[in-house]
Amino acid sequence: MLEAQARLTQPPQGESGASAATPKTSAFTELGAGPSTAISVLTVALLLGLWYGVTAAGWIKPLFLPSPQAVWQQFYEYLTGQANDRPLWQHLLASLARVFSAFGLACLTAIPLGLAMGLSRVVRGICDPVLEFYRPLPPLSYLPLIIIWFGIDELPKVLLIYLSCFGPLAIAARSGMKRATQQQLHAAASMGASRWQLIRHVIFPAALPEIMVGMRIAIGFGWTTLVAAEMVAATLGVGQLVLNASNFLRTDIVVMGIFVIGSVAYGFDLLMRALERRWLPWKGRG
Amino acid sequence: MATLDIRHLTVRYAVAGGSQCALSDVNLRLQNDDFVVALGASGCGKTTLLNCIAGFLPASAGEVLLDGAPVTGPGPERGVVFQQHALMPWLNVRDNVALPLRLRGVAPAERARTAEEKLALVGLAGSGGRAVWELSGGMQQRVGIARALASDPELLLMDEPLGALDALTREQVQEILLRVWGQTRKAVFFITHSVEEALFLATRLVVMSPSPGRIVRVFEDLPFSRRYLARGDARAIKSLPEFIALREQVLSLIQQRELACA
Repeated sequence: MLEAQARLTQPPQGESGASAATPKTSAFTELGAGPSTAISVLTVALLLGLWYGVTAAGWIKPLFLPSPQAVWQQFYEYLTGQANDRPLWQHLLASLARVFSAFGLACLTAIPLGLAMGLSRVVRGICDPVLEFYRPLPPLSYLPLIIIWFGIDELPKVLLIYLSCFGPLAIAARSGMKRATQQQLHAAASMGASRWQLIRHVIFPAALPEIMVGMRIAIGFGWTTLVAAEMVAATLGVGQLVLNASNFLRTDIVVMGIFVIGSVAYGFDLLMRALERRWLPWKGRG
Repeated sequence: MATLDIRHLTVRYAVAGGSQCALSDVNLRLQNDDFVVALGASGCGKTTLLNCIAGFLPASAGEVLLDGAPVTGPGPERGVVFQQHALMPWLNVRDNVALPLRLRGVAPAERARTAEEKLALVGLAGSGGRAVWELSGGMQQRVGIARALASDPELLLMDEPLGALDALTREQVQEILLRVWGQTRKAVFFITHSVEEALFLATRLVVMSPSPGRIVRVFEDLPFSRRYLARGDARAIKSLPEFIALREQVLSLIQQRELACA
């Protein structure tokens, strides 16, 4: 009895510091607030576990779903160059070169064009129908034309990825041009800013968060077009690796290739998010 | 010292099925260190008038003359402070204040020096390195005031700069503003819909009325702002019998107009 009372009056061990300093006074929390990393990790672990379970139990034939071990085996062989193919790094390097040269080119051209569309009635009038028409087209539908026009070297592959990056980037840049508030523009005008200075010091910086989101979406489109691009007489590339393996029903290699593409794309997106937090800490607080 | 002359200023906005008269035949003159406050209910054309002076909006008829030359667009000789701070969140406090100088091509060291000087003027010395969004609303507005002062304008235009602040912060910034005005001796055109604020700050009070927006009454030579600068103690001034009497007079004037419109 006495013991129980003593236990009740004493604060629970280990909680006395933080929780005593910040007592919970309201049950209200913002919708969607709080960290989600642990949940994500748990989800991935569960999915992997499920994958292992169903393949180990033999419920699904390896052709339909290869086991994690088989996929890992392929990854290991490709990584160490034991596979009956070029090593993985050569495939990856070829694909990275294509995707990033296309993405870089798209950044250099689509962002200025989007900005020009936001600023000029004439540019907008000319580019809007062309951009909006080609943008939703599946890359595979115009792939034959690109091959006929540009052959089967690197150019058509990069061009295809470039085109898929271009649309979302140009649209993001164009809509970002409207992010500066009228008061900010008035403020700069009343400082005597020239038209160019307005763009350089107000409109462009205000558009940056939206351009950054456009870049993340664009690189994603780039990766989705990779396999289509490497259908064009490629001997190297992760997309080509997947295509080739699918011809021989090697689903273990297919799944391995998917994991490689997915991981690289996800890793790059994490990098972009980190850059966003570093360079644009003011995002959404203007 | 600059002279601002507003002559027969009329502004009509295009609306569905015709035009609406936002300002009708406004005449006003600002010179030396006048602190002119425009007071009135929403829709009485205060902001339209300020936008014309700033050069954001063209006049439909009449003219705005600055030292005899017609205003045709915005310019650095008219510094503007906005209702929402209108600062650039990608720049820190110092760079925001220095932005007008940067646009004019002033060297970085000189810019930073001027920015610190103007920040000290509004009581924000040493806050130059902070991010805009870290500041409270009152501090953000003071940065806005410092920025408007940075290009050393002849005229300060303030569009309800204290409207979004809480009552205590508002009174604090009013006093800072008066001290800045006292030190820089600039002409100010200030918009508010708080009668007390108007009387406390103004040397001349312009009462405006809506539909069409026009000036209905001008109170000349209000003493309270200069008295505050001479003696301090804002609360004492705001509770002077003559201040209260004038406040009631202006309030009833506005309410009368409101009723007549309703």
